[in-house]
Amino acid sequence: MLEVRNLHACINGKEILKGVDLTIKDGEIHALMGTNGAGKSTLSNVIVGHPSYEVTAGSITFNGQNLLEMKPEERAHAGIFLSFQQPVEIPGVSMVNFMRAAVNARHKALGEEQMKSTDFLKLMREKRKFVEIDNKLINRSVNEGFSGGEKKRNEIFQMAMLEPKFCILDETDSGLDVDALRIVAEGFNKLRTKETSAMVITHYQRLLDYIRPDVVHVLLDGRIVKTGGAELAQEIENRGFDWIKEEVTE
Amino acid sequence: MNGGKQYIDLYRESREIIMQHSASLMNAVRDEAFGCFERIGFPSRKVERYKYTDVEKAFAPDYGLNLTRIDIPVNPQDVFKCDVPNLSTQLFFMENDAFYKGNQRSVLSEDGVIITSLKKAADKYSDIVGKYYSKLADVTSDSITALNTAFAQDGLFVYVPRNVQLKRPVQIVNILRSGVDMMVNRRVLIVLEEGADATFLFCDHAMDNVHFLTTQVIEVFVADNAHADIYELEETHTKCKRFSNLYIKTGGYCTVSHNNITLFNGLTRNTTDVILDGEYSELTLNGCVVADKKQYVDNNTLIDHRKPNCTSNELYKYVVDESAVGAFAGRILVQKDAQHTVSQETNANLCVTKEARVYTQPMLEIYADDVKCAHGSTIGLLDESALFYMQQRGISAEEARMLLKFAFVGQVIEQVKLEPLRDRLQRLVEKRFRGELNKCIGCAICK
Ligand SMILES: Nc1ncnc2c1ncn2[C@@H]1O[C@H](COP(=O)(O)OP(=O)(O)OP(=O)(O)O)[C@@H](O)[C@H]1O
Ligand SMILES: [Mg+2]
Repeated sequence: MLEVRNLHACINGKEILKGVDLTIKDGEIHALMGTNGAGKSTLSNVIVGHPSYEVTAGSITFNGQNLLEMKPEERAHAGIFLSFQQPVEIPGVSMVNFMRAAVNARHKALGEEQMKSTDFLKLMREKRKFVEIDNKLINRSVNEGFSGGEKKRNEIFQMAMLEPKFCILDETDSGLDVDALRIVAEGFNKLRTKETSAMVITHYQRLLDYIRPDVVHVLLDGRIVKTGGAELAQEIENRGFDWIKEEVTE
Repeated sequence: MNGGKQYIDLYRESREIIMQHSASLMNAVRDEAFGCFERIGFPSRKVERYKYTDVEKAFAPDYGLNLTRIDIPVNPQDVFKCDVPNLSTQLFFMENDAFYKGNQRSVLSEDGVIITSLKKAADKYSDIVGKYYSKLADVTSDSITALNTAFAQDGLFVYVPRNVQLKRPVQIVNILRSGVDMMVNRRVLIVLEEGADATFLFCDHAMDNVHFLTTQVIEVFVADNAHADIYELEETHTKCKRFSNLYIKTGGYCTVSHNNITLFNGLTRNTTDVILDGEYSELTLNGCVVADKKQYVDNNTLIDHRKPNCTSNELYKYVVDESAVGAFAGRILVQKDAQHTVSQETNANLCVTKEARVYTQPMLEIYADDVKCAHGSTIGLLDESALFYMQQRGISAEEARMLLKFAFVGQVIEQVKLEPLRDRLQRLVEKRFRGELNKCIGCAICK
């Protein structure tokens, strides 16, 4: 599904990613862990095409397509979804209009017919249930005045609406209370098909208890320095990153 | 004396013809107004209230005037098919400066409401018109008002008697029509007696692809306890220049709102002066500007709090794209006696390109000590992170920009009280941002 090769990326002339290699196959869940500032969000942003980042070397292919040549919206149409670490507030743009624009754009890109208004609203109602998001939130402007947890829930709601093939969850667990974490994680699991892949960025084991990773990577200082199975996450939870840093310097 | 020579010459040459084709009440103030214009001429850029707009330049080209009032042989109803959904208005057409002859019942005699040609009213209802005409629009201080008063021959007159509530909004469709470049001087007088209640919607359109220069003076008298909502919507084309001066004076316990929307234009200068001359009145002044290409919009407002316990709220929002220029200056004057005034003035602007220009100048001038007043202005760019967020969800950059611009002015449109009009405006503004409203294609609000 996704292949990242020797990826180097800068922001404001500062190199953040220093040669990332990553392969995620259909249906696989990869966890990405690492210290604050290691470059996890940077990698997510580069994959979805954030204009502030400059890719200086390497490649990203997504189902055979060269992602780096595609606009952010084209990447979205190809099936990539990022649940943002910090979702943006958009005052004045209602959730309904926002979602309608997103769903319509996707239909158009895929050469499908536009959805009827009633069908669209029905879809909204259905998907709302997956993440048990309050109707009141849906009737407001996008993320405006939402609490931290509500914003995260809203990200997964949007994911449910757009049915992506590849999801990046950038610290979707942070800010969620214990119950919300379960609801959101279970919602995500229900939404997954056999083919859906994901890159789950988190600092904690508790999310991975719900969303079981097939592979766990550790990103430190712009490079993936260690890769293992689900047990690696547990080990990081217990021991932190110092032992990995030591391994790297050896 | 700044320019204006051709208008001075024209007045001298045509004074008799102008008067012949107008009403004596209007003629009575003409020479005085002309004298003022002759003295002050067009305002230079040094005149505070006109510092952003080059008036002289706008008036320099040669325009024709229809001083002998030749009829324009067109039925506006053939051109306009008005069906604003659910907004059943009382519809009246103005052709250039004239009250269209084919308008339905121009006098709604049942409850004494009068909606008719100003020229006719000046003769027929001379007691009312004489009491109000040119009493608010000060010819000594504003050249446009002076010029308009000197040249205006006709226009619109509306009278709503005591305690009469107009159930349906009065919609005035101003149509500019001409085969040659044309100057139009339109005059409007609205009188609301005590406890009257009315909603007005003015739509400005230009049907012909020539240059139009319009001056307009609107005087609105709102007596105690009366209620007026006034909407103005300009949707003309890039060859249109509009100079519109609106004067409102309220009594006590009035609620007055004015919403001035410039959707499509060439050069527009709107002056809005409101005097709150009674206690416990509430004023809302809103405006919304969408400009691109080389369009120019200058809104200049003055709210004069003369009496205690009044409230005024002002919100003007501009979206200025491409090489367009927007200007806003709003002065709030709280006089010595106007204790317990509450006033809030906001001007917010969205500058979409580097070439677009916005000038903003909110002003508070307070001579009373117990008041709550605030003002602020902002000039911003489109929120890049919001744009990217939307693109990540598959929304094209172009559509995302449209949604953000729409959201920005949405705040003003939301305050439109008539729901069908609000819905209609929302669709119009959206169309405007989508570039589907490139010139006046007829009254889009009516079609
Ligand atoms: N605009 C910028 N200019 C300069 N440096 C930046 C900019 N944006 C991010 N960085 C830096 O890039 C580095 C990587 O940031 P990134 O957000 O990718 O880290 P992260 O791994 O997601 O961390 P966290 O776990 O705290 O979310 C950080 O050191 C950050 O300060
Ligand atoms: Mg991060």
